[in-house]
Amino acid sequence: MRAFVRAALEEELGAEVMEAESGLRALRSLPAESFDLVVVDVNMPDLNGLELVSFMRKHDRHAATPILLISTEAAERDVEKGLALGANGFLSKPFTPDALCERARALIEGSGSG
Amino acid sequence: MSDVHDEFLAEAQEIIEALSRDLLFLDQAQKEGNVQPDLINEVFRGVHTLKGIAGMFGFQTLSAMAHTLEDLLDDLRLGRVALSQEVLDVLFEGVEGFQRLLGEGADEEAVDVKDFAQAIERVSKKRDSGEVTLEDLDLDESVLAVLTEYEEHRLRTNLSQGTPLYRLRVRFSLTTIDSNLEELKERAKSVAEIITYLPSVGGGDGDEIDLDVLLASDTPADELGEVLAAGGDAELERIGRQGGRETSHEALVPPPLDDAPGRPMPTSRPPAPEPPAPERGAAPPQQQRDMSADALSLRSVANTVRVDIRKLDHLMNVVGELAIVRSAVARITERIRANDELRQLAIELHRVNRGFERHLEELQEGILDVRMVPLGQLFDKLARIIRQVAREHDKEVRLLVTGAETEVDKLIVEELSDPLMHLIRNAIDHGIESPKVRELAGKPSEGILSLNAYQKGNHVVIEVEDDGTGMNDEMLVQAALRKGILSQEAADEITSQDALELIFMPGFSTRSAITDLSGRGVGMDVVKTNINRLGGVVDVWSEHGSGTKFTITLPVTLAIISALLVRVAGRDFAIPITSVQEAILLDRAAVRTVEGREVISLRGSTLPLCRLDRLFRLLPVQSDRRFVVVCAVGQRRVGFVVDALDGQQDIVIKALGKSLADVRGFAGATDLGDQRVALVLDAPGLLEEVLRSQELQQLGAETHE
Repeated sequence: MRAFVRAALEEELGAEVMEAESGLRALRSLPAESFDLVVVDVNMPDLNGLELVSFMRKHDRHAATPILLISTEAAERDVEKGLALGANGFLSKPFTPDALCERARALIEGSGSG
Repeated sequence: MSDVHDEFLAEAQEIIEALSRDLLFLDQAQKEGNVQPDLINEVFRGVHTLKGIAGMFGFQTLSAMAHTLEDLLDDLRLGRVALSQEVLDVLFEGVEGFQRLLGEGADEEAVDVKDFAQAIERVSKKRDSGEVTLEDLDLDESVLAVLTEYEEHRLRTNLSQGTPLYRLRVRFSLTTIDSNLEELKERAKSVAEIITYLPSVGGGDGDEIDLDVLLASDTPADELGEVLAAGGDAELERIGRQGGRETSHEALVPPPLDDAPGRPMPTSRPPAPEPPAPERGAAPPQQQRDMSADALSLRSVANTVRVDIRKLDHLMNVVGELAIVRSAVARITERIRANDELRQLAIELHRVNRGFERHLEELQEGILDVRMVPLGQLFDKLARIIRQVAREHDKEVRLLVTGAETEVDKLIVEELSDPLMHLIRNAIDHGIESPKVRELAGKPSEGILSLNAYQKGNHVVIEVEDDGTGMNDEMLVQAALRKGILSQEAADEITSQDALELIFMPGFSTRSAITDLSGRGVGMDVVKTNINRLGGVVDVWSEHGSGTKFTITLPVTLAIISALLVRVAGRDFAIPITSVQEAILLDRAAVRTVEGREVISLRGSTLPLCRLDRLFRLLPVQSDRRFVVVCAVGQRRVGFVVDALDGQQDIVIKALGKSLADVRGFAGATDLGDQRVALVLDAPGLLEEVLRSQELQQLGAETHE
């Protein structure tokens, strides 16, 4: 599934994609890197997606990095929380590569102009 | 497009296998009354991912079914429904359904989703999860803001059970956080449930990170602190209720280390819920309900590739062709060597060819290695069936598996599943007694079914053993008499081992009332035939009252084999070396005739002989010396009489083609490399054939077939 997201972003947006297998892995690479967009799943091993969003927003480097949240239907409230914490958008599965890329493009461009 | 499709199938298969394993763990845990919430969450995520990818790839029925199951799992993980055996039945049924929908032809009708939804409806009578509010907890709002619904549920459950909650603050270096965290998890495993990890910014110089770990534990606080810190740097703090100190009965708990309510997380952003973000409004309501997880959490399979076994067969054929080229080069080298002027050149060519040969062998081994899969894959599937069958028949069965890591050729594993399934169904239906009967017999009410696998030389042995009622020789013989597959005089002389072997005769069944387990149209004779087709044999051992054991002996691979080349009546034949015990010179004087069959004595035991030229109706050639190739499969031995031994060679067996598919006694044909083609003998099949006709003669059975 991660590969699916990656392939879509690479092939359709020509993006350079970095993957993290878990919330903590992401946590480790975040302070040193800059991203145009971070795609976060709410339900990750170790560190949940909301915590990652919260962490990023508290971190100067990522205070404004666009975050796209991918979330579970079962936890609608999780999405609300995520958006409240500063995620910029969310996407629900099943989604097509096109939908993902459209979302991603909008978020990246939105942050560039604003 | 079809690649994408295949990729989906492979991934879905992987998820289903993982689900199946997790459900079996859950089943065990449920019986022991020790269900781990993690495991339910894991199953939930698996089904969730399956639903997502199935939807994306247009498997609507599968997706819909996963959807209904997911609802049930969500209720389970959030504590709205309790895990019972009935619920587990539905979960297992769901996994079976997934498997069927993914099966060949992917018939969308293969599963009645409505029926399934009703089954789920029946078990998911929702239960209130007790009203405990987290707002009372001495937790900062910023903490509550990042908890998922599931984590909140875990907090609530622990609260309502009176399990104390703690916050552990640890500082990890970013470079070692993975291993640090693993260690922490390991230490926490036995003493606490980790609910979540909360990172906070800013501790140290950016190379370090502070983590607040929320956990629940019944272990006294000082002990807990000791275990978790393990000499390192960690602060443990009890999370109490707001306004007033902890009301818990836990006397050992020290007051919070710091008087401020909780440990405020540094926040730069108000955690209060904002009005719904525009994105939310934009999405159609239906979509909102249908959100999905796990885009990022699916197990990484990046360092493995999935390969169609036919591609490997093709590669193996190419290797076979290359081996033929190598032999041809060797022959040409010999001819060049004969020319004195070119002698030096021939030696060089010979050396190069030897190098080529070595690499070819490596290549061959590499391809063989790739074809190997652990039997555990198959055992997992069987475990699911065992559980189901045992429940259907009100029997208590515990499965013991050893040697799941034993590797066998993928094709063999595929072909093994039916025969093994049949043996297992028989073991549960006919073998293992009902709990009451077992208790009367002084046995534990729970029956033991063992699946053991191990490698033995070039063979893999799989045992299916139960500690049930065993088989009764006398009853087997009586049944065979009734069915007319045994004559009275043969019955009078039958040994108990031979009596057991009767179950492999076509049309044999000991039960007068055929239960739905055994009445599936597959008899033990089919099991035997299937195993034989794989180049294996099945042996049976049984003791009345204490159990039955089937031992299946199989070659490790079918792709390439070492063979003994022999000549019979001027023709070449290959005998798989795995079946050959030894080859000896035939001492004509030692041949005796017993019951119309030729036999010799070999180190004290009688060895039946079979003259291949006669068997194949070839015109015998005159020869002073003949050889006996002693073939053994399992417990059986036959000596095949041949004219000459022609050495040993690795061969790739090629099928004889459709028109000759029914010809018995041959496993296929092979190209020997010097424009000679040899038929490959199907040693187990031939042995069976020869011994069967012999036994029939010996037993004096009525003509049959």
